Amino acid sequence: MSDLTRKTAVELQELMTSGQASSVEITQAHLDRIAAVDDSVRAFLHVDSEGALAQAAAIDAKRAAGEKLGPLAGVPLALKDVLTQEGVPTTAGSKILEGWKPPYDATVVKRLKAAGIVILGKTNMDEFAMGSSTENSAYGTTHNPWDLNRIPGGSGGGSSAALAAYEAPLAIGTDTGGSIRQPGAFTGTVGVKPTYGGTSRYGLIALASSLDTPGPCARTTLDAALLHEAIAGYDPMDSTSINQPVPAVVEAARRGDVTGLRVGVVKELGGEGYQPGVEARFHEAVELLTKLGAEVVEVSCPHFQYALPAYYLILPSEASSNLAKFDAMRYGLRVGDDGINSAEKVMNLTREAGFGDEVKRRIMLGTHALSSGYYDAYYGQAQKVRTLIQRDFANAYEQVDVLVSPATPTTAFPIGDRADDPIAMYKNDLCTIPVNLAGNAAASFPCGLADEDNLPVGFHVMAPVMRDELLYTVGAALESALAEQWGGVLMAQAPELEVTR
Amino acid sequence: MPSITREEVAHLARLARIELSDAELDHLAPQLDQIIALVGQVSQVAADDIPPTSHALPLTNVMREDVNVPCLTPEQALSGAPAAEEQRFRVPRILEED
Repeated sequence: MSDLTRKTAVELQELMTSGQASSVEITQAHLDRIAAVDDSVRAFLHVDSEGALAQAAAIDAKRAAGEKLGPLAGVPLALKDVLTQEGVPTTAGSKILEGWKPPYDATVVKRLKAAGIVILGKTNMDEFAMGSSTENSAYGTTHNPWDLNRIPGGSGGGSSAALAAYEAPLAIGTDTGGSIRQPGAFTGTVGVKPTYGGTSRYGLIALASSLDTPGPCARTTLDAALLHEAIAGYDPMDSTSINQPVPAVVEAARRGDVTGLRVGVVKELGGEGYQPGVEARFHEAVELLTKLGAEVVEVSCPHFQYALPAYYLILPSEASSNLAKFDAMRYGLRVGDDGINSAEKVMNLTREAGFGDEVKRRIMLGTHALSSGYYDAYYGQAQKVRTLIQRDFANAYEQVDVLVSPATPTTAFPIGDRADDPIAMYKNDLCTIPVNLAGNAAASFPCGLADEDNLPVGFHVMAPVMRDELLYTVGAALESALAEQWGGVLMAQAPELEVTR
Repeated sequence: MPSITREEVAHLARLARIELSDAELDHLAPQLDQIIALVGQVSQVAADDIPPTSHALPLTNVMREDVNVPCLTPEQALSGAPAAEEQRFRVPRILEED
């Protein structure tokens, strides 16, 4: 069989349905690919070869028995290490959870298994999803397959890099401020943040509970839509789950028709601080949408400029509470339990040893923002700004169906470039953060390479709450028009990785 | 004038139960100062009459049916414990010595 790892999930399903390849063969091909290139990419923290092959064999047996299977049954996937999978090591990129094996599956994982999707392993991420480069992982940085000296984005850099390195055709990420979309943009892949509440947070190790959203990652729009449909929908185990039908994302991805769609270019997300090559590709994509029949106008969202400061108050406040559970008592690391030290001392020593710098910064920032005397000026004021950002979106959606912007101000930057400059790092997420604060749906789709550095640029689409299908409408339209222009998909322009073993 | 002093950062670390070394304090305190200056920009927004939003969805008191569902066994619940004894989490002493 020619290279199974280059196929889309849809193509792999056709091969399985027609009997040209089994899930075991497909899974083994991806495991071999991981063995061959992951020493240089480092997308995976844990590869579950045995579990994946067993899952694949079970699907093959069901198929042989004539059982009706879903559209992704037997297709392999890379799972971000922030979601619990029973019996498989789950660290969230932190030393404090090293060696922990969860006793239960996250709802997303349960649904992946129910759909027959084969989980290859757990992918690298910034510790507790705090970061934009994977450099904050306690287990080392993931490398961008487009240029191994650069970061793949974050926090879900491992999931997106696994796609771009052909280690998996599908991946799961989580998006709190851009952790699906920004790595998607940096690796030339598709990353979708569903509407908040559209996918379940049960079993997701919480960063900021009012923002965290699991979502699909893939190399094509249709693959992402199929994965979206497999994981989305109401879950009584998540108190903020939306009890409504899943938007018709697959149908939208198949049609990809933007005729008459009203598209708003957000005036505030561009200009100073944006790389010229990023802006050039973005504006070309907007023009292309016009040619395809969309009506494009410029819209203003005046409070977006305060989204970043508001986010860095709301997120650390929630994170400092959520991470209080890492107290060395019930699971994870315990340091200094010598029979003399008190529980409090052990807690202090464990959190000192188990958390990295960025986690400590954000916990202390959140503690500060919530402390008496500062609460109104910081956390309270940030919550008001959140209201104003929601109103900006509401006003914009009275004029247009979707909003668009570049997904990131720049392309992927060199490893080490911003590692100890928190503010420069935070500014990566300028375009992606407003959506998380408002709770609506958004995605990044590849729209070309920047002239300066030949690195991928992401086209960011923002849809209203529970109108996730509009993302796929735009993504699919762009994808097919661009592929026609380029004579193939963007990923075909990625350099070949050296096979190390 | 910094927006947060080294002593205040040391106090926050104590509140957050993180035993910071002096070297870490030297490193983290100026960074936190910069970050607090950035997030302080929210004060530029006139928002006195704006209601706060704590959550993207307007939901309150979500309940699910009060029915028995399977839960973790004691073995599962203790499977990740740093120390366990007699089907319980074993923890260091809680009380101070005097």
